[in-house]
Amino acid sequence: MKKILALVLVAVLALGMVACAPAGNEEVFKVGAIYINSKNDTAGYTYAHHNGITTAMKSLGMDVDKQLVIVDEVPEDKQKVAAAIDTLVGKGAKIIFGISFGYIDAMEEAAAKYPDVIFSHGTGYKSNETNFNNYFGRAYQARYLAGIAAGLKSLETGNNNVGYVAAHTTDYAETASGINGFALGVQAVNPNAKIYVKNLNNWADEVNEKAYAEELINSYNCGVISQHCDSAQPQIAAQNANVFGCGYNSDMTPDAPKAHLTAAIWNWNVYYATAIKAAQECGEAKNFVTKMGGSAYYGGLKEGFVDVSPLSENCAAGTDKAIEAVRALMVSGEWDVFSGVKLNITVTDGVANVEKVNAALESNGFEYKDGDFKVPMDNVVVVEAGDPSVADGVITGTMNYLVRGVQEV
Amino acid sequence: MDKLAVLTAFLHSIVVYNIPLLYGTVGEITVEKSGSLNLGVEGIMAVGAIFGYICGCYANSLLVGILAAFAAGVLCGALFAVLTVSLQANQNITGLTLTTFGLGLYFFVGNSLKATGWPVMGNYSNIMKGFSDLSIPLLSEIPLVGKGLFSHNILVYLGIAIAVGMWWYLNKTSPGLRLRAVGENPASADSVGINVKRSKYLHICLGCGIMGIGGYYMGLNLGGSFNSHCWINGYGWIAVALVIFANWNPALAILGTFVFGFFNTLQVSGSSLAGAFPGALGWLADIPAQLYQALPFLITAIVLVVTSIRNKRGSSGLPASLGLNYFREDR
Repeated sequence: MKKILALVLVAVLALGMVACAPAGNEEVFKVGAIYINSKNDTAGYTYAHHNGITTAMKSLGMDVDKQLVIVDEVPEDKQKVAAAIDTLVGKGAKIIFGISFGYIDAMEEAAAKYPDVIFSHGTGYKSNETNFNNYFGRAYQARYLAGIAAGLKSLETGNNNVGYVAAHTTDYAETASGINGFALGVQAVNPNAKIYVKNLNNWADEVNEKAYAEELINSYNCGVISQHCDSAQPQIAAQNANVFGCGYNSDMTPDAPKAHLTAAIWNWNVYYATAIKAAQECGEAKNFVTKMGGSAYYGGLKEGFVDVSPLSENCAAGTDKAIEAVRALMVSGEWDVFSGVKLNITVTDGVANVEKVNAALESNGFEYKDGDFKVPMDNVVVVEAGDPSVADGVITGTMNYLVRGVQEV
Repeated sequence: MDKLAVLTAFLHSIVVYNIPLLYGTVGEITVEKSGSLNLGVEGIMAVGAIFGYICGCYANSLLVGILAAFAAGVLCGALFAVLTVSLQANQNITGLTLTTFGLGLYFFVGNSLKATGWPVMGNYSNIMKGFSDLSIPLLSEIPLVGKGLFSHNILVYLGIAIAVGMWWYLNKTSPGLRLRAVGENPASADSVGINVKRSKYLHICLGCGIMGIGGYYMGLNLGGSFNSHCWINGYGWIAVALVIFANWNPALAILGTFVFGFFNTLQVSGSSLAGAFPGALGWLADIPAQLYQALPFLITAIVLVVTSIRNKRGSSGLPASLGLNYFREDR
């Protein structure tokens, strides 16, 4: 009896396996994602990307539960990233997004290993001509707009000291270009402004993000605090001290309703929707880069990839007008931040006047070299007066200086 | 730069940012004096933080928050005590498990609430008022130290009071003496009629409750802004090391907290001190940030070496039975 029962069980199991096989092969377009933190996060970098991918998929009418496959909490370790990629390819992902900078080498190798799969790397600089691209955004444009809000506030309060809590400074082009974009925005409104930057030397350190902001307020008498870090701590510190601030990554007005002016924000879904659509339409994976129009996607205000969050009621009068005028200049491509043309913005009786002046873009005299933040520069003029903007490659890769008027403390 | 403002801000930061270490350390000393080594400080502080914060906000009362944080810590302590005292589980493993459990519970509760509606601290006037700075009359008017040391929120004073109170309890009262006997040699304590089990349960729970309040402080100090990183930020682990630093003496823990805090805060204030006193402290600006970040841990390592040398000379406060489970039938 037992033998018969066992035989029947074996038969059922075997049939069951055969029966299951075709169901798994159903043709659905699958998107793969590799995250540095948990997909269940409710704030921060991974959350911003996860939210971007799911929003983009929903806008394309896709089923997130069935069509998105994720490996999360993957550290920047080549082997672990490679294993995550193998998992996602095994699950049938047709396009794989890696969101962290350190995934770069593993993704480059995987692109060669799996020519039928598209690889798209956030914040990186490597790519190929077929199935591997990178993507990032002109956050400096949004920061320039936030800088205008901060500058107008500094004029209103009469305090020219502006603070900036930065995860890193000149050792990363991403952070340096962010600081510079913000500082130039402040200076366009308030030429006497002084920008004090404090370097956390850490991408996430919530306690010091608050402590550094307090230090900038108490010891350097800063009246507006900007930030390049995930948490809203600098804004909370600003509110506690009755000063003002500009956030980053998300609208931080709910965190500090009495202090927050506006935040430079990312709309990651703009890129993800573009990329997923291209991946679906390009036929074979090798056509992806051509379909995207290049191997590096670098969207800005024009694409809606970066922006400033809705202005809070703390903003000085006329901030909205000034920001709109400058936004139009950048969206039309008529002017960009790191060029030999400076904007002079004045607001009188709620009317903004934007004037273009040829002026050299100058550094504060120091650059980052060989691990040292304070190497004197031979030539402080970065862009001659009237010349066009620095190349995108400088903004994403080699910008290792801070502009005049910015002091690292 | 305003020299006085820089120094005042420096002193103020040392106290404000490092008081949670005092709660963690005094709590852990209380637990360890009963002979139990609880490595779950980080997790217990996280549990105290999240429940204290939520209950405090919903009731709009700092006192309710403190009591809830204490109660949450006590429950974690009770769990630890059931496992190690009654069921004789390994103390190290249980403590580490409690850390994982506590952090997991923190994120589970926090993320669930964030999805439905996170209480924003600024909306709860009584919490904001309760956590704002209270100046001690007269003392706070002394220049420099007045604002730096005698103008703080009520939980700073409570932390100091708990540390002093615990020192008095351990060294000047008979229940404290009995507790120390249990920690040194539970079998002897048992033989003279001390209820070892009860003493261990009581003090494990009390110590963990104190840790819970420390966690609540961390949450309040960060403005109750819930993120992908835990509020406790590794302070629980530093507290475990500070217990040795303080030689199991709650009064010395106050000193230990501020010595550690001094180096911890140097990272924040180093460059402004250098700017305000270019002659005497200008060199502070040349120290690389990485060294500043490592400094508190280097200091801890040095102090541990010094303490262990001192302990060899026989003046250690280390409870002799620390980490060993006591099983009555083994006597």
